[in-house]
Amino acid sequence: MNKGVLPLSSPPLSKDVIEQHGLSGEEYQQILKHLGREPNLTELGIFSVMWSEHCSYKSSRIHLKRFPTAGPRVVQGPGENAGAVDIGEGLAAVFKMESHNHPSFIEPFQGAATGVGGILRDIFTMGARPIALLDSLRFGELDIPKNQHLLKGVVSGISFYGNCIGVPTIGGEITFNDIYSKNPLVNVFCLGIVKKDRLLRGLAQGEGNSVLYIGAKTGRDGIHGATMASDSFDDASEKKRPNVQVGDPFLEKLLLEACLEFLEQDLLVGIQDMGAAGLTSSSCEMAARSGTGIELDVALVPRREPKMTPYEVLLSESQERMLLVATPGKQDAVLKICRKWGIDAAVIGKVTDDGLLRVKDGVRTVAEIPAKALAEEGPRYDRPAAPPPYQDFLQSLNVDALPDVKDPGEALLALLRSPTIASKAWVFRQYDYMVGTNTVVCPGSDAAVVRLKGTTKALAITTDGNSRYCLLNPHMGGSLAVAEAARNLACSGAQPVGVTDCLNFGNPERPDIMWQFVMAVEGIADACRAFDIPVVSGNVSFYNETNGLSIYPTPILGMVGVIDSPDHITTQWFKQSGDHILLLGQNNEDLGGTEYLKVIHSREQGLIPWLDMDVERRLHHCLLDLIRKGWVQSAHDCSEGGLLVTLAECCLTHPLSPLGARITIPPHPIRLDALLFGESPSRVVISVKPEHRVCVMEAIRESDVPLTDLGTVAESNFEVNVQTTPPASFIHFSLSEHHMAEVWQQSLSSQLAGHE
Amino acid sequence: MNIGVIVFPGSNCDRDCAHVVSDVIGQSVYLIWHQDTSLRGMDAVILPGGFSYGDYLRTGAIAHLSPIMEAVKTFAKQGGLVLGICNGFQILLEAGLLPGAMLRNQNLSFICEEIYVRVENADTPFTNHCQPGQVLQIPIAHAEGNYYTDPISLSSLQAHAQVVFRYCDKEGRVTPEANPNGSLDHIAGLRNAAGNVLGMMPHPERCSESILSNTDGLAIFQSIVASMTNRSSTLAF
Repeated sequence: MNKGVLPLSSPPLSKDVIEQHGLSGEEYQQILKHLGREPNLTELGIFSVMWSEHCSYKSSRIHLKRFPTAGPRVVQGPGENAGAVDIGEGLAAVFKMESHNHPSFIEPFQGAATGVGGILRDIFTMGARPIALLDSLRFGELDIPKNQHLLKGVVSGISFYGNCIGVPTIGGEITFNDIYSKNPLVNVFCLGIVKKDRLLRGLAQGEGNSVLYIGAKTGRDGIHGATMASDSFDDASEKKRPNVQVGDPFLEKLLLEACLEFLEQDLLVGIQDMGAAGLTSSSCEMAARSGTGIELDVALVPRREPKMTPYEVLLSESQERMLLVATPGKQDAVLKICRKWGIDAAVIGKVTDDGLLRVKDGVRTVAEIPAKALAEEGPRYDRPAAPPPYQDFLQSLNVDALPDVKDPGEALLALLRSPTIASKAWVFRQYDYMVGTNTVVCPGSDAAVVRLKGTTKALAITTDGNSRYCLLNPHMGGSLAVAEAARNLACSGAQPVGVTDCLNFGNPERPDIMWQFVMAVEGIADACRAFDIPVVSGNVSFYNETNGLSIYPTPILGMVGVIDSPDHITTQWFKQSGDHILLLGQNNEDLGGTEYLKVIHSREQGLIPWLDMDVERRLHHCLLDLIRKGWVQSAHDCSEGGLLVTLAECCLTHPLSPLGARITIPPHPIRLDALLFGESPSRVVISVKPEHRVCVMEAIRESDVPLTDLGTVAESNFEVNVQTTPPASFIHFSLSEHHMAEVWQQSLSSQLAGHE
Repeated sequence: MNIGVIVFPGSNCDRDCAHVVSDVIGQSVYLIWHQDTSLRGMDAVILPGGFSYGDYLRTGAIAHLSPIMEAVKTFAKQGGLVLGICNGFQILLEAGLLPGAMLRNQNLSFICEEIYVRVENADTPFTNHCQPGQVLQIPIAHAEGNYYTDPISLSSLQAHAQVVFRYCDKEGRVTPEANPNGSLDHIAGLRNAAGNVLGMMPHPERCSESILSNTDGLAIFQSIVASMTNRSSTLAF
C-alpha cells in the first residue's frame, strides 16, 4: 500500500525493541498492515508516540463520544488545539484544560511550568490572546515533607511561567488527600479571546505550501514524554527525570506576540503547537485533518545539540516550538516577524497531496507513513469495565453508628483548618492574577471573573471536581462536578456557555479503573446535556498510579460562563452588616463522602448526595433572575464543609476585613452534623439588603426553590443558634470572626513553614 | 498629550498602561519598540512592568542596553517626564537614571497583592493630584522589589525628598509589617534629583478604573497630564 520508492526496507525489529516502545504485539501487526512492510526504528518510534494512550486516546475515544459537543454557540468542538464558543460581540472564547501530572511528580517546578507553557500554546495557536489561567491541583497531605516539596515546586513553577509570560493566573482549586502522595495532579486551564471569524486551525492545506518551524531549537529533552505519560510509575521513576522538559516563558512570550502578528496580517493556512510527541504529532495531525501529506527534512530543523538522529529530532519534546503552514507568498512576511521578535525560524518542508508523512534527512528518506494511520487510524479499545469488588464496602456506612457532633464550633474550626478548605492565599499570592487589568473578581470567590475590554461583558470561569465523590459513585460524582461548576458560575452572575474537562484516572487496562472512567464520563455527559452545556475540548490522563496504587477517579471540569452586564458580577462574601442571609435549597441528610466525615471521623465512605437535575436547574434560573434584578449582595455555593463552612466563608473572604453573622437555623428532621456539615447539592447562600428581603423571598417561593431565612450579617462575631427537634433543644455557639479568620488564613502557610 | 509606552521583548504591562492612558484618561498613546532610536516627540514616557528579556541575568539588566534607552536617557536629561513601573523601575535603576538596586523580596517569593503606600512627596509631576501623606491602595506584583542603596545615597535621597512613596498600612503607618518585600527605608517609589524621573514598584495602571474596584492609581496618571499641561502653558507664555 506504500507507493513510491521504498528505500525503507528494514530488517525486522526485535521483540524487545517493540516492547520497549510500549507497543503490543497486536499493535505491531496493525503497523505492518498500514505500511505493508516492516517499519524501521525511526518509524517504530513515531508509531510508538502517536499510538500512545496520551496521543491516541485509544482507551477513551469511544467513550468520549457520549459528550454533547454541539450547540448554537460552539465555534470549534473537540479535535483541535482547543475548543471555542461564541460569546457575542463577534468574539469567541477559546479554552482547554490539560494535565501535566507525570512530569510534575518527577520534577515539580519544570513539570508544572511546562504544563502552563503547553496549554498557553494550545490557545494562542488558535489565534486567541490568552487572558486567563486556572490550575486544579491535587496533593497528598502536608504532614509528609515530600508533599510539601511537591506543592511548593508546582506552585513556583506555575508562578514562574505564568507571571513571566504575563497571563494572569486568576483561580483554580487545590485539595489534599493522601491518595495523591505518589501521584499529584496538575491540571492547567487556559482561556483566550479571538474574533470568531479569525480563528486559526491546525491545518496543512495547499499542495506545495511551505511548512515552517519556529521557536526554540530542538534538543534531546522530553524524548518519549508522551510514552512516559502513558505508563504507570514505580519507585524508579526518579530516573525518568531527563524525560521532563525545561520551560522558557520569555521565549514563549515572544512566540505568542509573533503568532498574534501572523494572525493580524493573515499570513497562515494553519498552525499547531509541538506539544506531546513534538514535530511528529504536529505534522501528521495537521496533514491528517486536511487530507494532505507533509514532507519534512529533519536536517533543516534548528538544533541545540550536535549529532541528533532523525529519531531524536522527530520525538523531541523541547518546549516553545510551533509548526506552521504559510499562505502562498507570505513566507517572507512570516520570517520577517520572527526576525523582529528574535525567534528562530526555518522552512523545513512542504505540503504534499499523497497523504504521507515523509521524513527526510537531507536526501535520504528515513520515514514514510500515511498521516491518517498515525493520527486517526490508531488502535481503539473497548476495554473491559466492571465495578470493583470493594465498591460495596466504599458505599456502606452506618451513619447511626457514628456519634453526632457535640461541639459544632470546634468542628467548624477543624474544617476551616483543613487545607482543602483553608485559605489558599499562600498559593495565589505567588501568582500575578492582575496582569492584563481584566481581573474583576480575584482568586477567592466561587468563580474568577474577567471583563472583556471594549464590551460590557465579562466571563466567569471555574474549575471543579470532587474525587472522593467519584470514588464512591463515579457516575453521580461526574454529574455533581458539572452541577457544582454551573452553580459556581450562577453564583457569579454568569450563564454557562461551555466546558472543558481533564479526566485523571488510573490504569485503563484494569476493569475497575475502566469502570470508574466509563461511569464518570456518563455522569458528566448526562449533566452537561441536562444543563445544556457543550463539551468543547478536553484531555484524558490515564496511568495515574504508582506501585499499583491508583489515584481516586478525578475528573476536573473547567467551565466558562458569560456575564452580560458589569452590574451582574456577584461575589461570595457578605457586603454589609444588617443584610439578610437566605439559603436557597434543601438540607438533606447527606454525610457520605463529606469533608466533615474525613476530617472529624477519618472516614471516606458512604452514599454520596443525589443530584436532582430539575431542582438544580430551577435553582440556577432563580438565582440568575434575582442577580439580574439587582437584588443579590452576595451568593456562595454550598459545597465542601457544608452549610456552616459556607456561612463562615461568606464572612471571612471579604477582601478588606472579615464580617460576622447572627445565624438561626430552624428545626430540621435530620442529624445535627448533617444539617451543619452535610454536603447536599443544589444549595446557595445569598445575602440581600433589608429593603429587598420581602420581594426576594417571594420570588424564590414563586420559583419553587426551597428557602430558609438564616439571619443577618453582623459587624463582628459569628453566632449560631440551632433549634433541633426531636428532642426539642437549642444549640448555641459563638466564635470571634478574627479567630476564625486567623485559623482559616494561616493554616496552609503554617503547615508549609519551616521545611526546605 | 502624547504619551509613549516602551515595549521591550517580555514587557507585559505595556498594553495595560496604554489602555489607561488612552481609554481612561483620554490621551494619545504610542507603543514604542525597543529597537527604535527616537521617542518621536513624546511629552512623557512610561517604562511598563513585565519581564523584559525574561529577567535573565538580572531584572532590567539587558533591557537597559536596548537602543531606545539612549533616547530615554537624553529625554530625561532634557527634563522629559519618565515613569518606570515595576520592571520599568528596575530598568531605570540599571540605566542609572535612578540610584540603587533591587534585591529579591525578603521571603524569596513572587508577591502579588494589594498594598498601601503613603505619598511622601506630593510636589512632583507624578503626585501633584495627591495630598502629602495621602494613603493610596495600589497592587504590587514582583519578585525583586526589595530596594537597596548605600547609606550615603540613602541619606541624600531622604534629604532631597526623593522618596516619593513608602509602604505603609491602611492608616498610613510605616511599619515593618506593612513592608511587603523588605525594601530599605520602606521605599516603594523614588524620583531623581531633578524630579522628572519616577520609579515605583506598585502598579497604578491596575487600579485606575472603577470596574477593578479601585481607582487610587488614577491620581498618578492625572498628575502627569496636569504637570504637562502646566508646562506647555508655561512654555506658551
